Amino acid sequence: MVSEISRRSFLKVGAAASSLVLGLGADVLSAKEHSDAEFTPFVRISVDGTVTVIVRHFECGQGTATGLSTLVAEELNFPLAEIRMEFAPAAADVYGRNGFMATGGSGSMRDAYIHYRSAGAAAREMLISAAARSWQVSPENVNLNNGVLSSIGKSAPMGRFVVEATQFPVPAKPQLKSSEAFTQIGNPEIGRIDNKEKVTGAAKYAMDMHLDDQVTAVILRSPRFGGKLTSFDVANVVDNPDFLRAHALPNGDGVAVFAKSTWAAFQARDLIIAEWDFSKAENRSSDEMRADLLSAVNSDPEYHAKGSIAGTASALENATQIIEQEFYFPHLAHAPMEPLTCTLARTETGVILYDGCQTPSGAQAVLSRMLQLEPKQIKIETLFAGGSFGRRANTGADYHREVAMAFLLFGGETPVKLVWSREDDIKGGYYRPAVAHKVRMGLDGTGRIVGWDHRVSGRAIFKGSFLERRMVRDGIDLGSVEGITDTPYSIPGHYVGVTDERSPITVNWWRSVGHSHTAYVMESMMDMAAAAAGQDPVSYRLSYLMGDSPDQKRLASVLRLVAQKSDWDGQVPEGRSRGVAIHKSFHTYVAEVVEISGNANDGVKIERITCAVDCGVPVNPNVIEAQMEGGIGFGIGHIMRDEITFTNGEVDQFNFPDYEPLRINDIGAIDTFIVPSVEPPTGVGEPGTPPAGPALANAIAATGVRVSHLPMSTNGVEFV
Amino acid sequence: MNFSITVNGIKKTVEADPETPVLWVLRDNLRLTGTKYGCGVASCGACTVYINGEPTRSCQVPIEDAEGATITTIEGARGRVAQSVQQAWEELSVVQCGYCQSGQIMSAISLLSRNPRPDEADINDYMWGNACRCATYQRIRAAVQRASEILES
Repeated sequence: MVSEISRRSFLKVGAAASSLVLGLGADVLSAKEHSDAEFTPFVRISVDGTVTVIVRHFECGQGTATGLSTLVAEELNFPLAEIRMEFAPAAADVYGRNGFMATGGSGSMRDAYIHYRSAGAAAREMLISAAARSWQVSPENVNLNNGVLSSIGKSAPMGRFVVEATQFPVPAKPQLKSSEAFTQIGNPEIGRIDNKEKVTGAAKYAMDMHLDDQVTAVILRSPRFGGKLTSFDVANVVDNPDFLRAHALPNGDGVAVFAKSTWAAFQARDLIIAEWDFSKAENRSSDEMRADLLSAVNSDPEYHAKGSIAGTASALENATQIIEQEFYFPHLAHAPMEPLTCTLARTETGVILYDGCQTPSGAQAVLSRMLQLEPKQIKIETLFAGGSFGRRANTGADYHREVAMAFLLFGGETPVKLVWSREDDIKGGYYRPAVAHKVRMGLDGTGRIVGWDHRVSGRAIFKGSFLERRMVRDGIDLGSVEGITDTPYSIPGHYVGVTDERSPITVNWWRSVGHSHTAYVMESMMDMAAAAAGQDPVSYRLSYLMGDSPDQKRLASVLRLVAQKSDWDGQVPEGRSRGVAIHKSFHTYVAEVVEISGNANDGVKIERITCAVDCGVPVNPNVIEAQMEGGIGFGIGHIMRDEITFTNGEVDQFNFPDYEPLRINDIGAIDTFIVPSVEPPTGVGEPGTPPAGPALANAIAATGVRVSHLPMSTNGVEFV
Repeated sequence: MNFSITVNGIKKTVEADPETPVLWVLRDNLRLTGTKYGCGVASCGACTVYINGEPTRSCQVPIEDAEGATITTIEGARGRVAQSVQQAWEELSVVQCGYCQSGQIMSAISLLSRNPRPDEADINDYMWGNACRCATYQRIRAAVQRASEILES
């Protein structure tokens, strides 16, 4: 659903002496409560004509800075390429959603579509009004294009009317352009707004912060989750003049090691000897974890998430054919290219955090509690984030908590830059939890599904998180079942049961959250059903999407499109195999076809991928395509060969050599096709990921091997 | 200890532990932060710079081994090839998070300097060591070929 301007909200203008600032006002009540946050400026126009869009989300590559700026650019008839963008300050009352300022759930464009366009449209109308009054013409006879106001025989740069424009009332309901009039929204020629600084090395990330008097802190953490520090010794740290000191963290989670430089901090930490109490730690190995999860999905579920267990059981008794399959998904790390880092410094009024900050509200809450400051005394300067995939947001705000402890341990005055190494990142938890599924599906004599018993077990992601109220219902964590219980397929006799697993290993949302495993299971099972029924996988799926609901129609339409674009009905080239998968996540519909050569034994090569996506109005087709390409790559790379495993509770992997990223030679071309749409725009950061793995699995299954335990590379599939 | 290096055409003297990787000298001592830390084990290529003209993972070279060397970082990337690559990268909106892209671009400049008309296989072979977690790979392939076209025109 698109966010509309509520009746209690209104556009407001801020009249700085030299600029026109427009935004969507906070509602009346909160505006009164927060007198210094009278409006939420989304766009600022200066007397020199500079247009600055204030982006209320962080930018980790997903393209939100481009997207939100495009909305303003469109309504202001101003070229995106000339727009400047800056990140909004941390102010949840004005920039937050439900009082919380964060980025996630592929929701930025969905939330911003009307807000940012309204800000741009209001600015346009006010500038036009100012020019019309000055020229004594009707506003209808004034145009604003490319920063120039014009009327018959008159023209002036819009900056000249900025001050006068601020004297006009803000239009309560500015006239938004009709979609036929769009020149930038939907224009595939429009590129990203942050290209220049990112190709010259000028773009500034949190890792690039350097305050003159800063110290660098790294943390020596327990090698097992849940371990507590009992003692440590720095005696071995010699010949390291840049090492400053080390302190135990007050919560027992480790040792903060301080040095004058990053390298010195890493070197010092390597030589510190620490002792740990593992009595409450996770001490299991991966094999035991997997066995425990698989045992859970073969037992009575803790929660019933959908349907009737007895009803499905009796439907299965009458089935002609039963298909039974277990699935296992390992823990996965996000491993964004920029390891976690942030810098905390004292200011005259409180502190400032420099961070590629995904959850300003979360960081503020943690820092204000730990530093005993009011949230508004915590300023946050958001910098570019070098990827996230969910990692930079977590309820414990782990690295913000660490920087606060380190800051206090060093005296509470010296700026502290916290740096994670890649090893810290790979071993540091907040993983996509390991998950097991078991499905028992029954088909009748004609190959139609008569019952589907689906059991899931894994760590609940949302329980205890700041999203618990929204994402946990009757004890059922939606992170475990999303994509199953809400499947658009009309599945008769569909039962879903869930059992939560418990462990001190920290887990978190990972690009596409529950869909990262549920789509794999749903789409593998649909393929197995089609094969058992002797039917084509595309037409078999379509037969379960025949209803009139928008979900079924839109999912069917991306499936038809991908079938057409991949020449699904055509001859598969010699030595090639294809697999298809479709999935709805975050209100977006995606269908993908993966074409491979070879087979599991001799080696599989991913030759080409075709993708069709319906994300409502495609605001930035270029960004949408990029997110499909990236989402597919991210999903498929992990499914091919990545896993976090444990030996006696300790993570086995250490860095990229054994948590191997997708490489350039791993996949061929990805062709993305966008369904034209006038529906409100939805997100694209995550939805490309879920179908990629199962489409690959289905292509490999076409060569004779069904892979149901991941990653593929340790479960019988060779890649070349 | 003090070391002398020439970075982007400017002679610098830096004081550092002899084992400090060039990466950290560039970033922490010289504040040239376009060169990125991604793994520290030569597995991602985000720290790629030219040392005496050779593309090098700067996380693996101790400053003592770079004494007297000429180093070029993304901030000092100049010339026709560099321009073509950066232009192509912008035209195709290759970047997403952008963190690995300094390294990608340094590698691409180096590839095109050696092989002005690389085909897909050449690009895959040469760029294999530059990881991109956003998976911008197909645009990297396309942009290298676009840069090659720009160079020829």
